[in-house]
Amino acid sequence: MRMQFRGKRFGRPAALGLVAAVAWGGLAAPVHAQETFKLGVVTFLSGPAAESFGVPAANAAKVMVEAFNKGSVPKPYDKKGFGGLTVETVLVDEAGGATKQVQELRNLYQRENVDAVIGYVSSGDCLAVAPAAEEMKKFLVLFDCGSPRIFEEASYKYVFRTASHGAMDNVALARYLKSRNVKVETMNLINQDYAWGHDSRSDFVGAMQQLYPNAKAAGDLLPKFGAGQYGTEISALARQPADIVYSSLWGGDLAAFVLQAAPRGLFKRSQLVLSAGDHVLPSLGDKMPDGTILGARGAYGILAAKSPLNDWFWKTYQDAHGQAAVVQASYRMAQALLGVKLAVEKAMAKNGGKKPNADELAEALRGLEWDSPGGKIQMALAGGQQAIQPIAIGRTKYDAAKKMVVANDVQHFRAECVNPPANMKSLDWIKAGFPGARCD
Amino acid sequence: MAPTKALAFSLAAIAVLLLAGLAAPKWLLFLSTMAASHGLAILGVVVLMRGGGATFGQGLFFAVGAYGAAMASIQLGITDAILRALLGALAAGLLAGLVAPLLARYRGIFFAMLTLALSMVAYGILSKWSALGGTDGFNLPRPTVLGMMLDTSWADYVLYGLTVVFAALAAAGVAVYFRSSSGLASLAVRGNDLRVEYLGASPRALLALNFSIAGALGGLGGALTGLALGHVDPQFAYWTTSGEFVFAAILAGYQSVAAVFVASLLLEVVRSFSNLYFPNTWQLALGVFLLLVVLFRPGGIGSLWSGRKAKPARPEPEGEPAVACKEGTAT
Amino acid sequence: MDLALTIGIDALTYASWLFIVSLGLTLVFGVLKILNMAHGSIYALGAYAAASTVALFASWGWSPASSLVAMLFAAAAVAAVVGPLLERTLLARFYGRDEVLLLLVTYALFLILEDATKLIWGVNPYYVSEPYSLLGNIEIGKLVFVGYDLALIGLAAVCGLAVWLGLNRTVAGKVVLAVIHNPEMSASMGVNISVVYSVAFTIGVFLAALGGAFTAPMISVQPGVSVSVIIVSFAVVIIGGLGSIEGAAIGALVVGLARAVAVHVMPEIELFSIYLVMAAVLVFRPEGLFQSVKARVI
Repeated sequence: MRMQFRGKRFGRPAALGLVAAVAWGGLAAPVHAQETFKLGVVTFLSGPAAESFGVPAANAAKVMVEAFNKGSVPKPYDKKGFGGLTVETVLVDEAGGATKQVQELRNLYQRENVDAVIGYVSSGDCLAVAPAAEEMKKFLVLFDCGSPRIFEEASYKYVFRTASHGAMDNVALARYLKSRNVKVETMNLINQDYAWGHDSRSDFVGAMQQLYPNAKAAGDLLPKFGAGQYGTEISALARQPADIVYSSLWGGDLAAFVLQAAPRGLFKRSQLVLSAGDHVLPSLGDKMPDGTILGARGAYGILAAKSPLNDWFWKTYQDAHGQAAVVQASYRMAQALLGVKLAVEKAMAKNGGKKPNADELAEALRGLEWDSPGGKIQMALAGGQQAIQPIAIGRTKYDAAKKMVVANDVQHFRAECVNPPANMKSLDWIKAGFPGARCD
Repeated sequence: MAPTKALAFSLAAIAVLLLAGLAAPKWLLFLSTMAASHGLAILGVVVLMRGGGATFGQGLFFAVGAYGAAMASIQLGITDAILRALLGALAAGLLAGLVAPLLARYRGIFFAMLTLALSMVAYGILSKWSALGGTDGFNLPRPTVLGMMLDTSWADYVLYGLTVVFAALAAAGVAVYFRSSSGLASLAVRGNDLRVEYLGASPRALLALNFSIAGALGGLGGALTGLALGHVDPQFAYWTTSGEFVFAAILAGYQSVAAVFVASLLLEVVRSFSNLYFPNTWQLALGVFLLLVVLFRPGGIGSLWSGRKAKPARPEPEGEPAVACKEGTAT
Repeated sequence: MDLALTIGIDALTYASWLFIVSLGLTLVFGVLKILNMAHGSIYALGAYAAASTVALFASWGWSPASSLVAMLFAAAAVAAVVGPLLERTLLARFYGRDEVLLLLVTYALFLILEDATKLIWGVNPYYVSEPYSLLGNIEIGKLVFVGYDLALIGLAAVCGLAVWLGLNRTVAGKVVLAVIHNPEMSASMGVNISVVYSVAFTIGVFLAALGGAFTAPMISVQPGVSVSVIIVSFAVVIIGGLGSIEGAAIGALVVGLARAVAVHVMPEIELFSIYLVMAAVLVFRPEGLFQSVKARVI
């Protein structure tokens, strides 16, 4: 009995082991292509940040890549694809947390063999994936996340950010309040409890201390990212009425907060000030209180300056995706793609027309300047890895005839006015009183 | 399993896996590293389950191990991967040992709920502890191994090898433990702890021992995961992380140690491909799979080759029942 | 004084919400001895169903007040469809088995329902906020409270009373109590256990869905709402004692108070204040605050 049993025991695990080995080997088939440029695009396709952020970014990516491959983008972006290489995108969902995103990034580079990755909306994800890409020595462009600390607490050679960081949003907001003489003796703060929320809060409070030395922070709340339910927080804010309520909340959290706070009269007593609020306007419509002061983290959408490239972008996007206003995430994806396109073409010009590797791409993008629908992008900070750009702040007004929210009283700020210089950290620059800022 | 046999199996497995690793592409190496390190945490859950305790709090030790390995380098300046992994395991094991006597008073659902509560308290603390990065967690610097800096080109392989060695040795240890007197008594506790008490053994001591072992294994798994990933965050301690470990433990069953790593590999493969190819149905698949296993193969994958099939409904008259006896019925 | 009032009212609103959601959980455990990990998923189903139904009624041009009816209807629909289906096809196979095994089965169910809601309703959040402003605002001193939140307190009281009266003052309720105390004896007395189980589970599902439906106007209904709800409901029923209605009420008040105090006074501990209380109760009074010690049947 025992003897037969033992033979059976070894037969089965051996068979299973063989199956496992074959499966393991089968999974390992690599795929390579030379005539296409494979681009990984990572953004939120599910969850609270999808509808207002991730999906507009993904849509913009699709629209732009299609235009690239057809060669229908205005000059100097009219070469087909990236320098003749057809662009192929692999779209990955950013949901699931930072640890998961590190794994997905590795899969993109090592299994899908992408040549570059453009991605990441959440500052938490950016903080986690940047070192991973740097260690793998792969080309990564962070297109959206806003926390300044990414390039201020570490230095990179292969990781770039093609948009300004959050310091700009908050300095511009403070300057707008001052230039419009908004009364701020007390302020309430509500921000998400993670890198973006913390940094936005410190930057705004710091900037306000420079421009409104007597202003005091009353309520200071940091609910969890993705909470979605703010009843108790709204009570806490209502209990300490202040002149303004400042928030860097974004995505579904911001929409939920506005929907839950407005019926309770919070915004009748306090002026709502949002550092990154434009993207919830299409879905909130008339539910966003009129007169809300907000930024779009750039001169984007309803706050954009008129230009041929902007007109082209708006038209192309709306032709594909309907008449709603184009929001910041789409703009930022577009400017990242345009920058990468130029970098690829610059590198190809230098290496004789071959598809550039990560080192060549990095060298080409470093310090580059280019025009985008949102203005001029200059890779000016952190040794050429971090961009600065202009920004606009305005007040919302619901236009019942057009059935959309428009911006009034818009003020534009130059990049050099609201971004720190290359040799200073944002918070230090703010606390020193913005030395070297050039505002006209 | 006799110690020499277990060790022999282990060394053979290490040799085979290290050889296979040389030929494997990088992403597969990484996937296997994750499977092995998670497998250690799942092994901890299995050790506990085999002794009658279902835990939804393994995430606590997983997180402690990972953060411990990280802090070892930041606070103590230790960069060696092996040391950091061991320190993480030690930290988690100590915590488990401290908490175990308290937890051992409970059984069944209350035990599970208490472990869950502790794990969520840890999650809350880690999320709000800004020095540890809060909800963003923080990045671990690349470890050195035996004094050598790891070059990008073979860092993946070295970490893979390290994790595989740790996993295989731990597996051998656990296999030996399963056949030891404590291990066998644990199996009896799972069947009917009151009778074990009447026979003179202490179910509480056994549960505490199993819990400490589970904690140490969880910590080792967490440390190795953190080292390979280069990033830790409070999500390690969230109850859904523990839930995934429990899922894999059920899938594996408690009859074979190797089954644990097979189940872990399966889970990692599903997870790795899910985001790109079936993002909205992979949890459904896992849930259905779990139900099928519970219904038709309660002994898990391990019962496929351990030779002892678990019979779903009736408790077995001799040998260990694969499912605990019905409460309230006389056998 | 203001602070105390704010904390008190916030605690009460949060506690009422918790109570409605946890009542079903404790009832199901009391009768069927199942700790249902999928309870949060059913709450989510209720919320999504309410979002769809409210939108549907609005698109038919019905008055805004009908949204309250819509939510009730949605909860009932979820209960009617999901309750008997789950109970008969899945849970009935496992009756009498180890309670931890049942916990795992409901965990599998939770995984399945998570994706099922994503497949049916998509991955984007739903905002159904119109009912929230339906009952206007109430000013107490300097503070403004939403009538809807206060109405929830009323709803919680109604649900609690209804269940308590149903169990303790009706014949059917007494039968259920008998089944709770000793299923075998009840069966041998001629009670149809499977019908009792089915009905009890359906009522539990209804209460969970009701909680979700009436919470939908207050939150963004998105994938993942179930994950945080189930944990918080566990805390409430563990603190109060599994199977006890009064326990669920007290547990809800304790948790509501703990969280309200934390948010207003010490926001850093907000995230884990609830689990700390749960752990403390488990350590000192594992059966919960309202459970009598039961003899163990071996």
